Amino acid sequence: MENSGLFFLVPWIVFLPVAGLLVNIIFGGRLSEKTIGTIASSASGLAFLVSVLLGISLQANGGEAFIWHLADWIHIGNLNIPWNFRVDTLSVTMMLVVSGVGTLIHIYAIGYMHEDVRFKDDPKRYRRFFVFMNLFIAMMMILVSGDSYLMLFVGWEGVGLCSFLLIGFWYDMDTLGRPSWANSNAARKAFIANRIGDLGFLLAAFTMFWAFGSLNFGTVFLKAEELAAAQPAVIVAITLFMLIGVTGKSAQIPLFVWLPDAMAGPTPVSALIHAATMVTAGVYLVARSWALFSLVPDAQYIVALVGAVTALFAATIAVGQYDIKKVLAYSTISQLGFMVAAVGMGAYVAGMFHLVTHAFFKALLFLSAGSVILGMERGHHHLPQHAPADEHHNEVFDPGDMRNMGGLRKQMPVTFWLYITGTLALAGIFPFAGFWSKDEILLDAAKNFTLIYILLTIAAFLTAFYMGRQVWMVFFGKARHAAAEHAQESPKIITVPLMVLAGLSILGGLLNLPYVHTLSKWLEHTIELMESDFVLPGYLSISWGGLNPVVALVSTLLALLAIGLSWLLYGRKSLQVGEIDPLRKLLGPVFKVFENKYWVDELYAALFINRYVDLARFVAEKVDWNFWHDWLHDSVIARFFRWFTHFLADPIDLGIIDAISTALASLVNRSSAALRKLQNGFVRSYALSVLMGVVLILGYLLFK
Amino acid sequence: MNSMLILFIVLAAAAVLSALGLLLSRSAIYAALFLVLNFACVAIFYLILGAPFIALTQITVYAGAIMVLFLFVIMLLGAEKLPGTKAIPWQCPLAIGLSAVLLVEAGFLFFQRLQSSVNLSQPDIQVNSMESIRTLAVMLFNEYLLPFEITSILLLVAMVGAIVLTKQEKGAAG
Amino acid sequence: MEGTIPLTYFIAVSAILFTMGALGVLIRRNALIVFMSIELMLNAANLAFVAFARAYDVLSGQIFVFFVMTVAAAEVAVGLALIVAIFRSKHSIDVDQMSSLKG
Repeated sequence: MENSGLFFLVPWIVFLPVAGLLVNIIFGGRLSEKTIGTIASSASGLAFLVSVLLGISLQANGGEAFIWHLADWIHIGNLNIPWNFRVDTLSVTMMLVVSGVGTLIHIYAIGYMHEDVRFKDDPKRYRRFFVFMNLFIAMMMILVSGDSYLMLFVGWEGVGLCSFLLIGFWYDMDTLGRPSWANSNAARKAFIANRIGDLGFLLAAFTMFWAFGSLNFGTVFLKAEELAAAQPAVIVAITLFMLIGVTGKSAQIPLFVWLPDAMAGPTPVSALIHAATMVTAGVYLVARSWALFSLVPDAQYIVALVGAVTALFAATIAVGQYDIKKVLAYSTISQLGFMVAAVGMGAYVAGMFHLVTHAFFKALLFLSAGSVILGMERGHHHLPQHAPADEHHNEVFDPGDMRNMGGLRKQMPVTFWLYITGTLALAGIFPFAGFWSKDEILLDAAKNFTLIYILLTIAAFLTAFYMGRQVWMVFFGKARHAAAEHAQESPKIITVPLMVLAGLSILGGLLNLPYVHTLSKWLEHTIELMESDFVLPGYLSISWGGLNPVVALVSTLLALLAIGLSWLLYGRKSLQVGEIDPLRKLLGPVFKVFENKYWVDELYAALFINRYVDLARFVAEKVDWNFWHDWLHDSVIARFFRWFTHFLADPIDLGIIDAISTALASLVNRSSAALRKLQNGFVRSYALSVLMGVVLILGYLLFK
Repeated sequence: MNSMLILFIVLAAAAVLSALGLLLSRSAIYAALFLVLNFACVAIFYLILGAPFIALTQITVYAGAIMVLFLFVIMLLGAEKLPGTKAIPWQCPLAIGLSAVLLVEAGFLFFQRLQSSVNLSQPDIQVNSMESIRTLAVMLFNEYLLPFEITSILLLVAMVGAIVLTKQEKGAAG
Repeated sequence: MEGTIPLTYFIAVSAILFTMGALGVLIRRNALIVFMSIELMLNAANLAFVAFARAYDVLSGQIFVFFVMTVAAAEVAVGLALIVAIFRSKHSIDVDQMSSLKG
């Protein structure tokens, strides 16, 4: 830590987005939309620049972690949690991804929101979007740069808040623009599901504090070793509690239910938060806590299993979805499952690698889907001009429903090619980025974890299948709706950032090619698992493996097979208007299960949510209203009070106090009447009283 | 028991009894005469105590002038017999009671506190001669000159007051 | 003649006379007799003065008696004039009838 280089810049990764949002809040009312968007994107871009500089400084420093102290935050007794920024290879990787992809999405959003606020008829809401986006970047930066679990949690909560704010951006409508509670319900669902996860995180933090007396990364990891030898159960508890947090934030089983509903937010939000950055916070957490997880292989296996099962589960659901964004949402859950499974197996580098590449191509896919949706909206709005007698423009129109689309590659060629790039990357086709990262995970799984390998491979097969299905349905065949016929391509401000992302999706594999292992070497400075001594057998050298041709071949063949299958079902004969999905004919009731997402939401509603509503209603009506208000307040307290005031007024106030004053007056009266008799006018009696006085005084003086 | 003591006791009895007579007599004339007798007894007391000037002054002023005045007024106003019923019934017993207490207190004071060893010795010839009067006069006109002069003014005031008080307006009913 | 008389005897007589004078003031209703009782009281006080003057061989006791007598004479003059004036208006010297200050 002697060479401080440019590390002093580190707080600016937080302060720049905060500055951006403050400028937009204070002055945004007078600025044009382009200015607002530029300010926000510049804030994010400058944060990216700082991250790059930090990366360079770190490399010059030999990859040694650097801790930059900003302020003392909590100092109570033995607990000392300062606000420190931790610049090491892991956090810089996250910083680069967040700010880099974030900046591209900001630029995209300038154009997207310009059209979206006009479609939803509320141009004044433009500024709020960018304020929230900058807030999100700031919070995510706090999350990845924190040096203690508490700082991480601050960011964790902050991104949860921003997710809520941004999902519920169109809080008074549903996704089709009708006045409704739907969007705000979705935002609330996200918040609550995240909160349950946060509870797990907090329990982990409490246990950590109780066991180690500190929440700072350095201290915790140092003490973890000794504790693992003495009381491994504590570490297991900590890691499993953390797993609950991960399932909340990274949308794994059982808390994934919020992510599909989160598609209610505008598409840039889905891309940034629910694909590229926020949901990866859980993966980052596990990677950061490698020192804890590597001590308890049992907990690690549970993590990996959760990830793998989620991956397969979500992939099956994605097969049966019709909304373009919902397919991508379940795809995200599935890919997150891959990442969680990877870090669960101890393959931290593979997980981080997939995190980075997934950010690239998922953002690309989401944003391209946004472009498609905008194109459909534009088409829909131009309908009266082209077909005035068309009966479609009065009905409720869902621009995201794939059953309305078709043949869009002719209307929107640029978007089409961008989407193809993303699809191929996601499906894991050589040489796109997804191939390398997914392959590394499968390789690591194949070495030691057969069950997980099988689950993940099936999930990969399904991934390629549903993406293929989506491409054939959206871009090929004949348009099934007049809006699709008149769809228009998006402007450059939308497509150019996508091209950058497409380039990254193609070239992303270079980050960690086998035998070269750039990313592994980079991350090795932080995640020392690779070469340390205390590593448990089976987890050794996971990420140093080369290319296993068998695994690679199997995965590629399966992907191609899946795409071929999807062509057979959806591409060869394009879907007609109102035609039933061919897969339904094939799979029958199984398809129904996929389509209805295994009725998980309904199950939760019946088991938990409605029971909670019942409890709330019971408490509100029976306890609060009937008992507390009616009985306690009205009958007991109010009646008692009324009785009490009557009691005070009549007997006490009138009876006692008035009586006292009246008695006093009459006492004075009577005593004065009595004393008046002394003044009888007779001199003799006055003389007598003089004599009496003399006698008394004399007596007093004598007997003193 | 010596003769002085006998004299003293006789005189004391006379004084007390005449005072009692003053208290109890129905007629004002009788009361006045009893008082004269009392003054005479007290005058003789003064002589025993060796104050001849005071004794004679007592007889001259008190018995001679004051009592004569009283008798004149009694004559003017008539020694009327007052009705027996009293306006304040409780006055009499209470007054007697208080006086008794006063007497007891006085007795206590004198017999406990007073140095009873002081005995008044028999007066010698010199005391009752002109020498004592001369001494008295010297003291009166030297040390007590101011009170003396003021007293003379007091007498003047008394005279004027008496005349003013009894002056009748012209035409006022008598 | 031999013998001495203790001082206390004279003082006792004085006290008795004084008390009787006080009693007379309080009991009698004839204003003149009340006045006479007052004179009696003054007299008793004079007696005490002279007795003490003799006992401690101090002449100022007698001087004081001189002045007391003078003042008593003046007082009697004025008082009697008052009684006469009252008699003229009320035609009575009963002290109990002079109760206009009755409250």
